[in-house]
Amino acid sequence: MKKTYLLEDLCCANCANKIETQIKELDGVISASLNFIAQKLFVEFEDRIVDTITASVVKTAIKVEPDVTVEEM
Amino acid sequence: MTKKQKKLLKKILLAVAVFAVACLISFLLPDFPGKQWVSLAVFLAAYFLAGGDIVRKALLGIKNGQVFDENFLMALATVGAFFVGEYPEGVMVMILFQIGELFQAYAVGKSRKSISSLMQIRPDYANLIENGETREISPEKVSVGDYILVKPGEKVPLDGIITEGNSSLDTAALTGESLPREVSAGDTAISGCINLRGTLTVQVTKTSSESTVSKILDMVENASARKAQAENFISRFARYYTPVVVILAVILAFVPPIILGGGFSDWIYRALNFLVVSCPCALVISVPLGFFGGIGGAAKQGILMKGSNYLEALAKTDAFVFDKTGTLTKGNFKVTKLAPVDISETDLLKYTALAESQSSHPIAISIVEEYKAACTLLSETGSFSDVSDVEELAGFGVRAIAEEKEILAGNLRLMKEKNISLPADITEFTTGTAVYVAVDGTFAGTICVEDEIKPDTVSALETLRNSGIRKLVMLTGDKKATGEAIAKKLGLSDVHTELLPADKVTHLEELLTLQPSGHTLAYVGDGINDAPVLARADIGIAMGGLGSDAAIEAADIVIMTDEPSKLPTAIRIARGTMRIVRQNIVFALGVKVLVLLLSALGYSNMWMAIFADVGVCVLAILNSMRALRLR
Repeated sequence: MKKTYLLEDLCCANCANKIETQIKELDGVISASLNFIAQKLFVEFEDRIVDTITASVVKTAIKVEPDVTVEEM
Repeated sequence: MTKKQKKLLKKILLAVAVFAVACLISFLLPDFPGKQWVSLAVFLAAYFLAGGDIVRKALLGIKNGQVFDENFLMALATVGAFFVGEYPEGVMVMILFQIGELFQAYAVGKSRKSISSLMQIRPDYANLIENGETREISPEKVSVGDYILVKPGEKVPLDGIITEGNSSLDTAALTGESLPREVSAGDTAISGCINLRGTLTVQVTKTSSESTVSKILDMVENASARKAQAENFISRFARYYTPVVVILAVILAFVPPIILGGGFSDWIYRALNFLVVSCPCALVISVPLGFFGGIGGAAKQGILMKGSNYLEALAKTDAFVFDKTGTLTKGNFKVTKLAPVDISETDLLKYTALAESQSSHPIAISIVEEYKAACTLLSETGSFSDVSDVEELAGFGVRAIAEEKEILAGNLRLMKEKNISLPADITEFTTGTAVYVAVDGTFAGTICVEDEIKPDTVSALETLRNSGIRKLVMLTGDKKATGEAIAKKLGLSDVHTELLPADKVTHLEELLTLQPSGHTLAYVGDGINDAPVLARADIGIAMGGLGSDAAIEAADIVIMTDEPSKLPTAIRIARGTMRIVRQNIVFALGVKVLVLLLSALGYSNMWMAIFADVGVCVLAILNSMRALRLR
């Protein structure tokens, strides 16, 4: 499955890189790509984590950049 | 400026005011008991006003195990400045850092806006026609088969067939082409175009997510998923850069004073400079931003790139392989020569056109079109009513009665079959397809029909050659004589004809093995019947993407118009973007390394370090934005 998230108030490009790397390493995530300019995160993941993926994405993003807001598109 | 940025600006101004008071107390007032503590308190107040947020985030970072994040490093550097007694410097660096952050956020916001304004093609609503009434709904809610109304000035929200009305559509947002497209009932309406004049009724043929405009937007926005080597290099580099600089800072703070003796505070101050320079943000932001700008700028010209890796590869291309039909030529036939025998040119054309008027064969259509054009030229009304007994002779041609004459039009075999005697000095055409015509049993002449070369093909190839493309090759399934004649007209020496689709792949693979390393090969086709070749080449470029899903799917780069002249444009954009990206890498790394060296030797201060961090970042962002304006 695939999902797209809008990450607002993402102020630092290096943080975006870190968020992308850490989401890629989440269990069940096949691929992740964060477009800093469009503020969009594309995640492809295995169907079994469909219930938890959004919570994991939010948790990871906030861990790296406390002020970020995550919204599923 | 956004709300958040305004808030930050206010905070910075307030911090500057308190900082001024602190300086006043500590440098201008005469000594009084406890002065030291009062001034420290006011400096600290200024510090927390400017950087309280940074300190908070730094603490959160430590809690979350994010040690090398920029907030932590800035906090450490400035707190360190307080400890070595440099209060004003600690506050000032925090203020400058925040000013830099503000600039950076503003510049990024600006770039976001100018890139997204390029993408203002997503339609917001559709006027659905239901029971004779229209209402606005979101395009996602319209189903295939529904009827929608597109008023003048509105965007076509979904792909469909026009059932009523006529107008002209502005395709500039999709193709970069300024000439509007005339449409009427029966034509396709492509989503993302702007309706300029009349009201159109459109029957929807594709849902919102399948429509052209969604596909284009998806492609450009997802382009960041396929990263160029330069981007991957930078993100790998960033992962090691910060820890390495921090470790160097620790070594710098403690090793020299232990070995050389003397005080720690000078060396700690030098080490703090290292921490300020240790954030790789300038690099991490400017490289992808440059690529994104290049991709956005190309999209504005009607050139879609599926990833920055293709942009990078295109900059290294030195060989182009072309398909002929539909790529270099228009792919539609046109009458190029008339060779009448004992009859006027007009009559030869007229009789043939009449006989062919009911056929749907491309050659027949081209002859009829030519006749219609000739009639308009002579202001005659060409009538197609006086035709009867049309007989299609499969594999031979047609036979018909027109204006009470028996017309035969077809290939040489038809003439033989019907025992038409041909003159000994019959005109032979070396290229194209010849249509033999007989009127009432007597040979009347031949008409040559050829595929037309696109108007900008010759100049496009010329520009490619001049821009250092070493090799231009044409592959075609067409017969040898035709293929070679076209190649000659275009000045292409390297041509392979009579190829089946599988042969094209074989030829391409051969060419790929001949490529020098470090240079790439691009294949340009129309994307409909050459998908395997497009996939095999280093870069597959499809032409005529507008309205062709197949092309968008199969290619790495899609040229929305049918113009070969977009190829040199694409190369210029690719090379320009790479130049900007390289400038950013060299500039940002160069300044950082220089400041690190100067800091280690004690010739630098925190002011320079701050410039090497946020100042360089802002300059690199501004440089990146030039990529958007390349053409």
